[in-house]
Amino acid sequence: MGQSRALWRVRPYLRPYVRQLTTMVAVSFAAIGAGLTVPLVIRRIVDGPIARGDRGAVLPLALLVLLLGMIETGLAFTRRWIQGGAANGFERRLRDDFYAHLQSLPASFHDKWQSGQLLSRAMADLSVIRRFVGFGLVFLIVNTVTFLLVIGLLFRLYAPLALVTACSIFPLAILTSRFKPRYRALSRRVQQQQGDLTTLAEEAATGIRVIKAFGRAPLVADQYAASAARLRTSAIEGANLRATFWSLIDLVPNLTLIGVLVVGALAVGRGSLSLGGLVAFISLVLMLVWPMESLGNIVANAREADVAAGRIFEVFDTAAEIADRPGAVALVGSSGHLRLEGVGFRYPGSDAWALRGVDLEIEPGETMALVGTTGSGKSSLLNLVPRLYDVSEGRIVLDGHDIRDLTLPSLRRAVAVAFDDPLLFSASVRENLLLGWPDATDEDLEVAVATAQAQFVHELPWGLDTRVGEQGLSLSGGQRQRLALARAIVGRPTVLLLDDPLSSLDVHTEALVERALSQVLGSSTAVVAVHRPSTLALADRVAWFEGGGLEAVGTHAELAASSAEYRAVLGLDRPAGGRRTEEVA
Amino acid sequence: MTTPPAPAPAWRGVAAETLEDARGGLAAFLRARSRRLLGSLLTPHRRTIYWLAVVVILQTVAAMVGPYLVKVGIDRGIPPLTRGGSARTLYLVVAAYLAAALAQAFLTAVFVRTAGRIGQDVLYDLRTRLFAHFQGLSLSFHERYTSGRVIARLTSDVEAIGELLDTGVNQLVTSVLTLVSTIIVMFVLDVPLALVGLGAFPLLCGLTVWFRRHSSRTYREGRAAVALVIVQFVETLGGMRAVQAFRREARNQAIFAEVNDRYARANIRSARLAAVFGPGTRLIGSVTVAVTLLVGAHRVIDGATTVGVLAALLLYLRRFFEPMQDLAQFFNTFQSAAAALEKLSGVLEEEPAVADPEPGSAASPPAGALDVRFEHVSFGYRPDRPVLAGLDLTIPAGQTVALVGETGAGKSTIARLLARFYDPTEGRVLLGDVDLRRLTDPDLRAAVVMVTQEAYLFTGSVAENIGFGRPDATRAEIEAAAGAVGAHRLFAGLPEGYDTVVGKRGGRLSSGQRQLVAFARAFLAEPQVLILDEASSSLDAPHERLVQDALRTLLAGRTAVIIAHRLSTLDIADRVLVVDGGRIVQDGAPAELRTVAGAFRSLNEEWAESLG
Ligand SMILES: Nc1ncnc2c1ncn2[C@@H]1O[C@H](COP(=O)(O)OP(=O)(O)OP(=O)(O)O)[C@@H](O)[C@H]1O
Ligand SMILES: [Mg+2]
Repeated sequence: MGQSRALWRVRPYLRPYVRQLTTMVAVSFAAIGAGLTVPLVIRRIVDGPIARGDRGAVLPLALLVLLLGMIETGLAFTRRWIQGGAANGFERRLRDDFYAHLQSLPASFHDKWQSGQLLSRAMADLSVIRRFVGFGLVFLIVNTVTFLLVIGLLFRLYAPLALVTACSIFPLAILTSRFKPRYRALSRRVQQQQGDLTTLAEEAATGIRVIKAFGRAPLVADQYAASAARLRTSAIEGANLRATFWSLIDLVPNLTLIGVLVVGALAVGRGSLSLGGLVAFISLVLMLVWPMESLGNIVANAREADVAAGRIFEVFDTAAEIADRPGAVALVGSSGHLRLEGVGFRYPGSDAWALRGVDLEIEPGETMALVGTTGSGKSSLLNLVPRLYDVSEGRIVLDGHDIRDLTLPSLRRAVAVAFDDPLLFSASVRENLLLGWPDATDEDLEVAVATAQAQFVHELPWGLDTRVGEQGLSLSGGQRQRLALARAIVGRPTVLLLDDPLSSLDVHTEALVERALSQVLGSSTAVVAVHRPSTLALADRVAWFEGGGLEAVGTHAELAASSAEYRAVLGLDRPAGGRRTEEVA
Repeated sequence: MTTPPAPAPAWRGVAAETLEDARGGLAAFLRARSRRLLGSLLTPHRRTIYWLAVVVILQTVAAMVGPYLVKVGIDRGIPPLTRGGSARTLYLVVAAYLAAALAQAFLTAVFVRTAGRIGQDVLYDLRTRLFAHFQGLSLSFHERYTSGRVIARLTSDVEAIGELLDTGVNQLVTSVLTLVSTIIVMFVLDVPLALVGLGAFPLLCGLTVWFRRHSSRTYREGRAAVALVIVQFVETLGGMRAVQAFRREARNQAIFAEVNDRYARANIRSARLAAVFGPGTRLIGSVTVAVTLLVGAHRVIDGATTVGVLAALLLYLRRFFEPMQDLAQFFNTFQSAAAALEKLSGVLEEEPAVADPEPGSAASPPAGALDVRFEHVSFGYRPDRPVLAGLDLTIPAGQTVALVGETGAGKSTIARLLARFYDPTEGRVLLGDVDLRRLTDPDLRAAVVMVTQEAYLFTGSVAENIGFGRPDATRAEIEAAAGAVGAHRLFAGLPEGYDTVVGKRGGRLSSGQRQLVAFARAFLAEPQVLILDEASSSLDAPHERLVQDALRTLLAGRTAVIIAHRLSTLDIADRVLVVDGGRIVQDGAPAELRTVAGAFRSLNEEWAESLG
């Protein structure tokens, strides 16, 4: 099975269920044994008591048939009972691991991959594999064994006829090998298109506000319909392929029966086989009909599962590039001394430098503001410090350690970020605030809430226990931003990274936050990306970026005095509320 | 057997839950609702389905002929051979069988193709209907329902129905027909023995009823659980940066493992019910075979029937119970799909809270600049918390109005009502003298466009995202719009210029760049009324100024409502409204308001001070 390499790789996930799987197969053997015995017993009854007219012997034999049937049932029941637990348990583990792996993959992976594609892999593809493990795989084994056993029995009954039956294996093999590659290609297309469709669904659901604001529901619906139509076309192609394959497969058992009938009749005519013998033989051959017919289904299922496994392992094979190095040390007692040495950074997959040649030293307790026009690399720099991305050249040193030599948890414990996009989860306010520091005290929490001017949380219907985020209460942009800020400061990190943290606040609230924040910042090293001159009051020094490079470092007063360009970036030359100035950056 | 939904763990927090799951008397209603949906999906294919039924009947007949011909071959074809006679009968039988086998194969192919096509058509129909319906539902629905659940409905529920159409219908039709025709053939062969065989029927019915009752419950649990898995999955992916930066992975993993386990357990329960049901039918089958054998043997000995008939009958009985397995399998798939159908039919019956007008009462807004009027408007997101109470406001055509005030004052709510994201609970909002509720969605959206702080971008290029504002815009128009907001140089300078792919949610652009795309998009749309809600919060000063210059041009002859915390925006406003606690506390030209004592002047002073 060289082609099924991807599917073969789910092996480790089957390992915990080896006992169940072997039990299932063993039980199936037994069930087949019981099933095979029934026609034999029937034959004995037809040839024996009935032919002799011996009424007395019929009852015990009929009871024997019943007993065998009951055993068969009990075995089938056992197999399916186990199968339910094993297949779903297998799926659960695989999905857990898939999720865990996704969480370990760096931001660059998630920039690239659509959530819809990943979701489709975690759900649709995994359930295809589960179906194969639960049914296809077991029946593949069971049917193969049935086939071999029945053929074996047939040989004991009457060899020439058995030979005729055994020949059916050739057309089956030929048909299957021709079908497989084509169906695999088609399955791949179908599953890919399913992922695309999921992506559209996901974007339409999360982007509903924009779609509504522009009245583009019809446009988006058309796109979705077009994508759904593509999926339909491929799926219909798949159905057509299956139609051809299955109908040809169906032909095989019938042709086999015809062959057996002809050859058997001739044998009976010559007297080398009894009539009862032929009846029993044929009833055994009928046992092969289902294994043969179901082969079509199983082969199709196996191809789909193989493609699905390929799609899942494509993600598993993506290494978590940002992980602890061997010999990484835990950061203890950080003082928050941060140094960037010749840092250059290109986003993976992009040739353009987002940052280049940045040398910057930030002393413990110092607050450094990052100033620059949009796209100058401020956020990129902030993302590098907690290693959401790794530098492409140079290094970032925290307390004398290259941050890549530190263990990730210890680094990320010392460093906290408030992102420009305040990401809240569907959980209580408390949970959202204590995200990184579940062991923080209520007092810490209160201080953080007060500093970020987020006292509004106490007025929410259930206070700190109110669920916010998508599945909870909707908060305004300013409210979410203040929660994100509180979240960053609650654990009193030694390095605090704030990305335009006050952009959505009104002037009044901004002033309050600033006042409170300046106290907190005293004890932390802080890097703050800012657009508004007002926020600069917090900063000891300013690093001015232009186009990914460090233009100048100094105090705000120095820079403002020495550079008109710097003043333009901050819009300092425009009097408040007055007329605009002529020049434009 | 129902496990009550696990109480939400404390971390989830408290929220006003929407009751989603049906119990008791509702179940019957749900079934009726799902049946209606299924009916409406299948009706367009009625003719094909009838024709398909004919194909299946023929196919089943062809399949049934096989064993019958074997019996004929044994009973009639072989005796002449043993007597040294001719093999003619045998060959005739073989020829007939061959024809039947070919017919069967052909008909199978026709059936699988046709059924596959119908199934895919139905799925397509369902998908597009569902999607369009979701898009039509109002924001309040989406806020309550959440994107994760929308995705769950559109993916995993539709797939459950797809599975039914894929394999189920095949199984159902063939197995039912096999059953019926087997019964007929058995009656033709030997009536008393056939009656014995049929004695199994009531037992089978009883077993099926039992299964149906229990499995519909477990499948319903499964549907609810899978939605939770999807919600957690999607939310994690959406917030991955925060997850990693705040070391949330372990906690997330525990949460995911829990919902995933719940889903697995629901599946296991369903599978185990099926494990009783399927083999149960087989047990009934075994009993039947034994009894038939017993009775049949006596009848043969009595000379009432022949050995051949008994052998054939036993064969048919096995044939009878083989499709019963299929039927059980079908029923299982069906129950799973029914649970999904229930959810989907529920969604499709949701009415948009913000509905399009009745066809007769629709009106169009006049062309040119429009005036906006709020007449005694009251509104609250939750009934117990009014945000606006009896707001009256008139914005003359062509005026640019700035709303200022602290967070939570109700500025955005006013904007959202004007964009008709919600309808007022009392009073009305008029656009050019027409109640917003009387405008059709396309008319309204052509007239009013709102740009918000979270500049949502779709996968695709920068140009495509700007083009979202006017889908028929040419590249030149797109670039002109970008140029108008002063972002042309910036976009052209991106690695692939306007064709730069912005990535998931626009993640490959900086936040300022995203807002500029959103601005350009709105400019391209050229609405009569433009609403900007904190739309420039992440812009740097030079770009903000460029945008403002652009606005000055664009807004000439347009009505505009601007919300911004940076008072520099006021440069372009004709009029300022200070909002506090859902009411307008000050109203006037900016210059004028600066001179009088009040909320605006203090805001302004604070702002001036903040500029340092
Ligand atoms: N995930 C990404 N993949 C590829 N390129 C990116 C990614 N994120 C940002 N960029 C690019 O890197 C450059 C720097 O972006 P960054 O977000 O650091 O700017 P910024 O200074 O924070 O801007 P703003 O003031 O608008 O927030 C921009 O040109 C942007 O397009
Ligand atoms: Mg940024």
